[in-house]
Amino acid sequence: MILLPCPYCGLRNASEFRYVGELSERPDPNATGIEDWRAFLYMRDNPAGWTTETWFHRAGCRRHFVVERHTVTNEVRDSRLPAAQLRDREDERATGGNVADDRGGATY
Amino acid sequence: MSMRLKPQPGEVIDRGRRFRFTWNGEAYPAYEGDTIVSALAACGERVFSRSFKYHRPRGLLTASFLDPGCMVQVGDEPNVRGAHRRVEPGMVVSPQNVWPSLRFDIKSANGAFGRFLSAGFYYKTFIKPRRLWPAYRSVLRRFSAGGVVSPDSSHGYFDKRYAHPDVVVAGGGPAGMAAAIAAAEAGAQVLLVEEEYELGGHLRWGNEAELAALRELRGEVGSTAGIEVMTNSVVNGRYDGNWVAVLQRNLPHVVERLVKARAKTLVVAPGLIERPYVFEGNDAPGVVLSGAVRRLVNLYAVKPGERAVVLSANESGDAAAEDLERAGVEVARVVDARRGGDVVRANGGGKGVRSVECADGTKIDCDLLVTAVGWTAPTSLLNMAGDRPVYDGRAARFFPSRLTEDVLVTGGLAGDGTLEELLAHARATGRDAAGRATRTGRALRAGIPQHADGQPELAQSPPVEYPKLPVYDHPALFRGKTHGIVDYSEDVTSKDLVAAEKEGYDAIELAKRYTTVTMGSAQGKLETVNAVAIMAEATGSTIEETGTTVWRPPYAPITLGALAGRIFEPVRYSPMQPWHERHGAKPLVAGAWIRPDHYGDPASEVRNVRENVGLIDVTPLGKFDLRGPDVPRLLNHLYVNEWSNLDVGAVRYGVMCLEDGVIFDDGVTGRLGSDRYILTATSSGAASVWEWIDNWLQTAKPGWRIHITPVTTAYASINVAGPKSRDLLLRLAEGVDLSPDAFPYMRVRTGRIASVDGCFMWRIGFTGELSYEIHVPAAYGLHVWEALMERGADLGVKPFGVEAQRILRLEKGHFIVGQDTDGLTGPYGVGLGRMVKLDKDDFAGKPELAWQGERGDYLRLVGLQPHDGSLVPPEASQIIEDKNGVVGRITSSRMSPTLGRSICLGFVAPHLATPGTTLLVQLPDGERIPIRVTQHHAHFDPEGTRQRG
Repeated sequence: MILLPCPYCGLRNASEFRYVGELSERPDPNATGIEDWRAFLYMRDNPAGWTTETWFHRAGCRRHFVVERHTVTNEVRDSRLPAAQLRDREDERATGGNVADDRGGATY
Repeated sequence: MSMRLKPQPGEVIDRGRRFRFTWNGEAYPAYEGDTIVSALAACGERVFSRSFKYHRPRGLLTASFLDPGCMVQVGDEPNVRGAHRRVEPGMVVSPQNVWPSLRFDIKSANGAFGRFLSAGFYYKTFIKPRRLWPAYRSVLRRFSAGGVVSPDSSHGYFDKRYAHPDVVVAGGGPAGMAAAIAAAEAGAQVLLVEEEYELGGHLRWGNEAELAALRELRGEVGSTAGIEVMTNSVVNGRYDGNWVAVLQRNLPHVVERLVKARAKTLVVAPGLIERPYVFEGNDAPGVVLSGAVRRLVNLYAVKPGERAVVLSANESGDAAAEDLERAGVEVARVVDARRGGDVVRANGGGKGVRSVECADGTKIDCDLLVTAVGWTAPTSLLNMAGDRPVYDGRAARFFPSRLTEDVLVTGGLAGDGTLEELLAHARATGRDAAGRATRTGRALRAGIPQHADGQPELAQSPPVEYPKLPVYDHPALFRGKTHGIVDYSEDVTSKDLVAAEKEGYDAIELAKRYTTVTMGSAQGKLETVNAVAIMAEATGSTIEETGTTVWRPPYAPITLGALAGRIFEPVRYSPMQPWHERHGAKPLVAGAWIRPDHYGDPASEVRNVRENVGLIDVTPLGKFDLRGPDVPRLLNHLYVNEWSNLDVGAVRYGVMCLEDGVIFDDGVTGRLGSDRYILTATSSGAASVWEWIDNWLQTAKPGWRIHITPVTTAYASINVAGPKSRDLLLRLAEGVDLSPDAFPYMRVRTGRIASVDGCFMWRIGFTGELSYEIHVPAAYGLHVWEALMERGADLGVKPFGVEAQRILRLEKGHFIVGQDTDGLTGPYGVGLGRMVKLDKDDFAGKPELAWQGERGDYLRLVGLQPHDGSLVPPEASQIIEDKNGVVGRITSSRMSPTLGRSICLGFVAPHLATPGTTLLVQLPDGERIPIRVTQHHAHFDPEGTRQRG
């Protein structure tokens, strides 16, 4: 069983996580056409190689996070908070807020 | 005829404990420590089974777990490894694969007609005509191998365990023991796993010096802290991240336990497996490997025969010859393969070998032929770690090629050498394994986020110096001058392999699947290299070019019981469970929850709710406490309907869709304070709803100021339903004005119930009656339930279960997500299109719902009543139209105690959804009955006057 690095909890068994899916951009629901929306819902690249995906630490800290994983070797080269949270923290920093770094609490 | 020898120095039998067991219907003596087969061999038995295809008599070959001819039935347990399993007093053992008897087997005629059962026989023969397939099947089933599984078999206890050792050592021979000791001395927590009942490997059947070395190693293993020893256990697989599966069989009162070990390093030290030799007659009883002789004589003090020929190409063969002499067996000749000696064929019938023909033309009478022609490296675990071992022609076996950082190899897999050389290599391996485990451990800890400044320094340990192991030359002996059995478990001969090659199956992986070679009970451990060598010979290539088949887990057979094991999932009960049990509730498994299905008579429970007042335990209802100023934004985003205008004290029903516009969950949400809400989800959907909310808040809307707390089990929930529910609550509620004007339908109030503070209650109507759903702090759930039962006795209060609630809601036409909806059902299909507020800026599934509303071609959920009210069409019955086929189905159906007739909900095609339309439902027996679409979903009180009262 592969180990996945949760940004909050460190390496854990993959069985603690739920695979949410390949990262995909949600189209503007008020401007999207049926083709784009259905592509967002159902079409995945599924590469034999590097992929960026969302995981959920269901049996741990219950955090969603983003992983860059090689689907052939299962090597993980990055594990980080979701982009919306990173943007949110950028905004807080810009306004002088005191926020944790981009890897949750991780120091690695 | 007793073949038992005088006491041997290394014997594992306890001569002080003698008992009897049953074999093939007759009583046999045995000593404690005997295997089933060693006890039988000591009594002169030589045939233990019949072979799979040709039903040839089979005896001992390896006298170990792998022995293909020694599979037996023990009681109701099939396929027991008779040369491994220790015999027990009173054990009932019977032969497998025999009909009518072990000594006379009708199907051995297959042997005479062997040419009809050549490679691919089944594929070629039983194809046409197709109508005979069932007949073929019934005949072929009689020919299937193996023991008998009875449906009445006793079920033992199977266990599961998780372990986190630093080092797992696979193999408890001298190398494995030395590696474990060295690793533990270096500070590692070590799990040492040995397939046999005792540590020691080949030292156990060795000479005095080897026995002395064994005692010393065992003593050190016992006295070194940090080594956990599992004997009669096997490392069955190695997966990503050194996830190591260990099958443990040595526990009292546990049949098997599956240990899932996350090892930091894995040391592979399984030793070597002796390889059989392929020649005519090589499967006759009495043709054995040198290892079998050494085990029989030294461990079990059994004389393997009376007159022997030994074909030896190595020290093991020479030692076996010495063992035989010492045991009083006449060694007629030692044929030395290192000097060109060879054996051509073994002659003999069903009772075993009678003579052996040698390459020099001599024929020797004997009842035992011992072969020692080489070794197979069991590289399975290395294969599973991604290695592709390479063949060394000089040593005639495979060696590891490239190993990952977390897998090490020692012992016979790594090379040859004296015992001292092997032990030195093993100790270095153990130290290296411990060092690597330490580094991995530090890296893992560094990966755990901590709010410390900087990283801990990783200490660098010096690289471990390995003594180099020699590799000895060994003659390459696979097939002799004649053809014989390659795979004993599957009855595949070298001729079959040659034929397969001729038919075009010229790659080893193809020939394997065509002939089934290596696919039997030994799973290639005995026969893979011979099969590869014969394919190489047939294709005119080398063993290196031919390659080998890939070994996959499990290494040893594993029972389904061990895989299923013990379930770790908790079972959930409400705080009122003790009351339910006392009052005869029939339990219903609903996901993780056990709930009362009914208390004896669901129909009377329904009538009591309609006439008086009933209580149902709805604790499993998913409940979430939402706080913060942005809760209305979240609710607007999750649900299709509008939430911006929910007042304090109000409760609203909502339907939730996923982004595909399909109904995901439903429930009510109440506003308890200016920024405090309680959201409820269905019992089965609660976990998914929580994840769905987390997903939105974490990945898309992190700026929304919302706290979500699951309070499903923090509150015990009771629905008080029925015309007298207000009268009952008036007796117990404090601080709440229950009058219809002050506390109307779809409102929420907080207050005291039965002297319990911190309760909230809302007026909703799943049952269609005046009803209050009260939520009390869980610790007081049982108290409040009992108070309601006691104070409502004169009002006729009675409990009701899930079944009564299902009837009540069906009478009211309320749908249940998952029961009356499926993976295609949107809000429009269940008649809730008017709830969808497409003028909201954004919500989950909005574009799909816009298209859904425009399209209008979805199935409609409708109320249905059979013309004959005494018929209840089963749920999932199809609605049929002659010209269009299946045009709908029944999703819910019950007999209504209130109306005295059957009622249903169901889906129908749009053109059939008009009230009053008559449709046909097909019953399971094929009969079609007329059924009418009703005006409303609700069969009872469609105006809802009762629940609003």
